[in-house]
Amino acid sequence: MKKDIMICGVGGQGTVLASKIIAASAMDEGCRVHSAETIGMAQRGGPVTSHVRIGDDVFSPLIPASGADLLIAFEPSEAVRNLKYLKKDGFVIVNSIPLKPASLGGGADYDGKAEIEFLTSRCRCLVVNSDELCRPFGSSKFFNIAVLGAAVGAGELGLKGETVRNEIIRTVPERFLEKNLAAFSAGCKIGEEKKCR
Amino acid sequence: MSKKYVMGNGAIALGALSAGVNLISGYPGTPSSEIIETASKFPHQGTYLEWSVNEKAAMEVAAAAAYCGARAMVTMKQVGLNVASDPLMSLAYVGVKGGMVVVSADDPGPISSQTEQDTRRFAEFARIPVFDPSSPEEAFEMVQDAFDYSEKYKTPVILRPTTRVDHAYASIEAPDSFKAGEYEGFVKDSKKWVIFPRLSYNNHLMIEKRNIEIGRDFSSYRFNTVSGSSDKAVIATGVSFAYAAEFLKEHPQVRFIKVGTPYPLPEDFLIGALDGVSEVLCLEELSPFIEESLLKLIGKHRLNIKVRGKLTGDVPSGGENDTDSAGRIIGSFLGLDSESKGLDLSSAPTPPARPPVLCAGCPHRASFYAVKKAMKGKKAYFCGDIGCYTLGNAMPLDMVDTCLCMGAGITMAQGFNHMDSDATAISFTGDSTFFASGITGVVNAVYNAADMIVCILDNSTTAMTGHQPHPGTGRNLMSAPVDKISIEKILLAIGVKRVVTVDPLDLDAAVNAVRECAELSGVKAIIFKSPCVAIVKSDKKMAVSDKCIGCLRCIKEIGCPALSVTDGKAVIDENLCTGCGLCSKLCPVGAIGGV
Repeated sequence: MKKDIMICGVGGQGTVLASKIIAASAMDEGCRVHSAETIGMAQRGGPVTSHVRIGDDVFSPLIPASGADLLIAFEPSEAVRNLKYLKKDGFVIVNSIPLKPASLGGGADYDGKAEIEFLTSRCRCLVVNSDELCRPFGSSKFFNIAVLGAAVGAGELGLKGETVRNEIIRTVPERFLEKNLAAFSAGCKIGEEKKCR
Repeated sequence: MSKKYVMGNGAIALGALSAGVNLISGYPGTPSSEIIETASKFPHQGTYLEWSVNEKAAMEVAAAAAYCGARAMVTMKQVGLNVASDPLMSLAYVGVKGGMVVVSADDPGPISSQTEQDTRRFAEFARIPVFDPSSPEEAFEMVQDAFDYSEKYKTPVILRPTTRVDHAYASIEAPDSFKAGEYEGFVKDSKKWVIFPRLSYNNHLMIEKRNIEIGRDFSSYRFNTVSGSSDKAVIATGVSFAYAAEFLKEHPQVRFIKVGTPYPLPEDFLIGALDGVSEVLCLEELSPFIEESLLKLIGKHRLNIKVRGKLTGDVPSGGENDTDSAGRIIGSFLGLDSESKGLDLSSAPTPPARPPVLCAGCPHRASFYAVKKAMKGKKAYFCGDIGCYTLGNAMPLDMVDTCLCMGAGITMAQGFNHMDSDATAISFTGDSTFFASGITGVVNAVYNAADMIVCILDNSTTAMTGHQPHPGTGRNLMSAPVDKISIEKILLAIGVKRVVTVDPLDLDAAVNAVRECAELSGVKAIIFKSPCVAIVKSDKKMAVSDKCIGCLRCIKEIGCPALSVTDGKAVIDENLCTGCGLCSKLCPVGAIGGV
């Protein structure tokens, strides 16, 4: 299999765990994997990206422009910021809940709506509301696992749901496992529903 | 043996452990920090690991191990090598017995650094070999080779990964447990191990001769490679090789040269690889190191080859390369189409700027705010330092007037005091930075009778680089617990006039401490002590009630990322809030409270 997957968001949203689970799942299915993370100062509330590159013919740890098959965005404006990485026929899964910048300067009236409108008009897109999706689990911190479910459900991850589920079991601390698995299933369901439409 | 999915830094750790390394020391610094951390996580026997107090200490600890015939590795970021350059320059003359690898991680961009300096220059300056890996897989093998070359030529060698290699993940086939190698132990020989002018002179002559030999040896090194046969060639080093390969995999006829050992230059290899070439493009990051080396080589051998790169403006002189820029630059050099056909992004909304900020609930925010409040309306200079708290410069806090390098906050505040004694000079130094290079600054200030306030922002960890322990934490990498070294006692022993320890989240007490110290003469210190919120997790939350009048003072004064505005009123993001309560203390109508 050859697949380039980019995950983007804001430092602190839990993008790294999602990318680690995708990479490990791909390896479980016998693929060669490379990935890269944003580490350092940007992790403190700045834009962060994870690049997961599945396939044999890979040199750069970073996905080339217009190279990503799938863009998983934890935040609407971050999806737009990284859209240059998406292939023309690539797929976007985007959280519709915006994260406003900390200072009042520049982003005070940012609400993510224009971004979602732009995304849905320009590319194949699954819009997920993290507040609604994660409400049963008590915290939007479960979004990073739920969104993996959405990618599996929509048939865009290229990995078996069972493989990803097993990797979640291996990775997530025991005390959070039950809720994470429930979040994963909820995500799968949303992905499948949207796919059927 | 099994496959391990690790970061480039993990690959370096696995490579060193595979080489039977006896000692690894270092000081944390992005992008190098995970090397020692990964080494500590894999089962190993007989390898001594330490987080040193700074890079100079780490280099010297490792040098002693190499004098004993043991294999030693020392890790740091590129600016750390500046700190460790004193021992390194001398060590290059003295040489080693056991293999010694200095890992100095460069940071093109820069992404998390003060400078875009190039460690390959340092290697050339110190006259020691340098290895430049283009991927985690290569770094894993190169570090092992580096130990062999170090022992063969009895010299410290440098491994120079860059951020994108350090932080890229790959599968590495490596043993599951490791055992350190045997070593002879230190054999006394003062003619060999004590640096004196005579020894330096003799060894200088030896080193220059030896480096010619190493350059020849490197000419057959397996990570110096050439493919293709065109008369226009592309030379790439480090991760730029990987970027170039993404483009050139579609053009296998193009002559494509990788230099894995930039110094000493593998001249014979390059002369062969460039045979029949009329023009060559050098794709590298930071400085035009290979480009300049090639120009010298071409001059020396009177070759008729045109060299393009940073010096000719074909490659940007600053910032990092990537697959797209590499494709564009190579495409234009070769006259090939490099246009990637992506989505139509015209009329895309501009994403909001997201400069990095102090975390929600970070105690540093409260410390800065307390000093700001206490010094309001008074002339003061605020000298920051290296760590999370450099982010205190961001609006609306705006409490960092200067930031230069590790430890400079204290000494620069002293300098400001001597130049402008009407102002209050205040420095901000983190706990790890204080141990790394702040103590001598306080001694200097007390000795030279300065008037200033030293603020220590003590969150009991090295937070920015991933929460490494330091001498004040009571933990080290080998045995826990160890005695905590008290910052307060150090300051008192130096002769600081007044040392106050205060919880910054107790805003009134913190403000009073600053006011009290500002009235005293001499060197005073305030230790703002409160744990990092990323380590000590809190279940407490704050919420805004209906009483909010929408003055937004909370947002305008402290800039906490958990606070935002909806319908003209303040809102707290419960996912981010740690319940520190700082915002509640500035609300004029008491609308913010715990839930």
